[in-house]
Amino acid sequence: MKKCLVIGVVLTALWSCQSDDAPAYTATPMPLDIPAFFASSILPPVIPLDNPQSVEGVALGKKLFYDPILSANGTQACADCHLPSNSFTDNRQYSIGSEGDVGTRNSMPLFNIAWNFEQRFFWDGAEATLENQIFEPVVNPTEMNNTWRNVTESLDASPIYPELFSAAFGTTKIDSVGVSKAIAQFLRTLISSNAKFDRHLTDQVPLTPEEQRGLAIFLDESRGDCFHCHGNPNTPLWTDNRFHNNGLDEFFTDRGLGAVTGDPRDDGLFKTPSLRNLAFTAPYMHDGRFNTLEEVIDHYSEGLVYSETISPLMKNVATGGVHLSPEEKSDLKAFLLSLSDQSFIENPVFQNN
Amino acid sequence: MNISVLTRVSIFSLSLLFLSACQDDDDRVAQEVTPEFIWTQNWDGAPLANADFDVTPLTNANGETLTLSKLVYLISDITFTNAQGESFSAGDYNLVDAREGLGLSFSPDVLIPEGIYTVAFRFGFDDEDNALDYAFLNSADGGWNVPAMLGGGYHFMRMEGKYINTQTIPESEVNFQYHTIRAADPSTTPVTLQDTSFLVNLGQVTIDENTTIEVKMNVAEWFKNPNTWNLYELYTMLMPNFDAQVLMSQNGANGVFSLGTVTD
Repeated sequence: MKKCLVIGVVLTALWSCQSDDAPAYTATPMPLDIPAFFASSILPPVIPLDNPQSVEGVALGKKLFYDPILSANGTQACADCHLPSNSFTDNRQYSIGSEGDVGTRNSMPLFNIAWNFEQRFFWDGAEATLENQIFEPVVNPTEMNNTWRNVTESLDASPIYPELFSAAFGTTKIDSVGVSKAIAQFLRTLISSNAKFDRHLTDQVPLTPEEQRGLAIFLDESRGDCFHCHGNPNTPLWTDNRFHNNGLDEFFTDRGLGAVTGDPRDDGLFKTPSLRNLAFTAPYMHDGRFNTLEEVIDHYSEGLVYSETISPLMKNVATGGVHLSPEEKSDLKAFLLSLSDQSFIENPVFQNN
Repeated sequence: MNISVLTRVSIFSLSLLFLSACQDDDDRVAQEVTPEFIWTQNWDGAPLANADFDVTPLTNANGETLTLSKLVYLISDITFTNAQGESFSAGDYNLVDAREGLGLSFSPDVLIPEGIYTVAFRFGFDDEDNALDYAFLNSADGGWNVPAMLGGGYHFMRMEGKYINTQTIPESEVNFQYHTIRAADPSTTPVTLQDTSFLVNLGQVTIDENTTIEVKMNVAEWFKNPNTWNLYELYTMLMPNFDAQVLMSQNGANGVFSLGTVTD
């Protein structure tokens, strides 16, 4: 009976949904160029049905990403805090807004975000989709300090954007949704998959003894045990895209995920960043407190601080950590740097050209 | 595309015909069905809900007070065996995340004739399944796979939390990670492996259309029987601990899972 009901409803829906409208506009499809290891090891990228990748959409998104027209005073583009040379973050502890205001968190690098299966964006997971994430910096007073009305008016008045929007979405009507969709399409193309370690996995290049020892520490539960949050060689992301309290502070001035969910159990939890491209993404942590990888490793080795919400994955908290030897720290750093992808930051397709 | 009024009327009439023709269910014959499994968790009978994680103090068999932060586990190969010894199984798997409420309901991808079956499943993966590659599991819970140097394959369970160390002044919280995997001894060459997944027999269940089967996990049993678990000794770095994996498997196979409510 249930199946028959479904069939009936479907037929009725088909009848009622026939449209006399002209066919919807379709831009030129541009599927993501998914690396083989990504395709074979993890789920497909998350691409919303209402925002398929297209040649024209990506081109528009890239144009918008590099254009200061999105900021109120026309001085700041997304790329000012998300530079290609820094794996699409910047080298400041806190990013500086268009009016010179200093933010409170470190700019996040941007790559492989189409594989954020958790679909929580920002350090605190405040936004549930990449498209939504893009709305926020434009109107944030300490970032671009603009209004969407002003943005759309500026874009409408531009000699180029109406045509670009028309090509991307089949309409000259410019709105915040179209802007966010286009930028999201561009951001999803930022795929990093050609680090030395990637080439090692396909036997193109061997790891050095230091890098091999560093990998062993990374995977060793009694030493690094980094893999439970940052993944392992079986998968390419090097993050779980989840939220943890990694023992930075006893008390929180920034509640992180807790401020978003309102759940005190989430206080002090921040998103796990990917370990790819660390060579380009200093400073580190959500607040950019560590300038070097050595400081990061020291933190996990002997700097862990207890708080109520500290992740159970943090080891030996009472003594500050697992106390790696100087040699182990050096080896671990060598391995971590093997995950950096020079070709990604130099990829001309991603540059402002 | 336009369609004619006549066509629309025809489709609508056909829809009504379908609806009316399906009114009579009384004389149906035995049909093939797929039961639904509901996975619930409790601590010696007290239900565990999201609000209990990180909050509710629990006492294990060894007397330690603990809180749970995470409880994610893998089941596979749900099998239905009838009185004639004929077995039905989809050979698929389900990942349950008790805190996040994911995978709590699962229907194996198999159709079986209505009837009485002995129902069983496997906790974790046997060696055959553990040798395969699963994109979903590689992407789940931040990566459910196990690094090769720890024996490879997949986690069977990640249970994490904190226990109160009463031997310090003042008392202190200590993190624990009760992770179960296939036992592996990486100190040998090649690595010594032992399958520590286990079968759970739920007993006989009458299965017909819309049958729902509750499977209860008593989390306290992981710490209880036959091995009284001492968190002071076994709280961390358990994945490369071959003997600990065997002990955890023994406890898991002895009373952790049981048949709950069966509804039609």
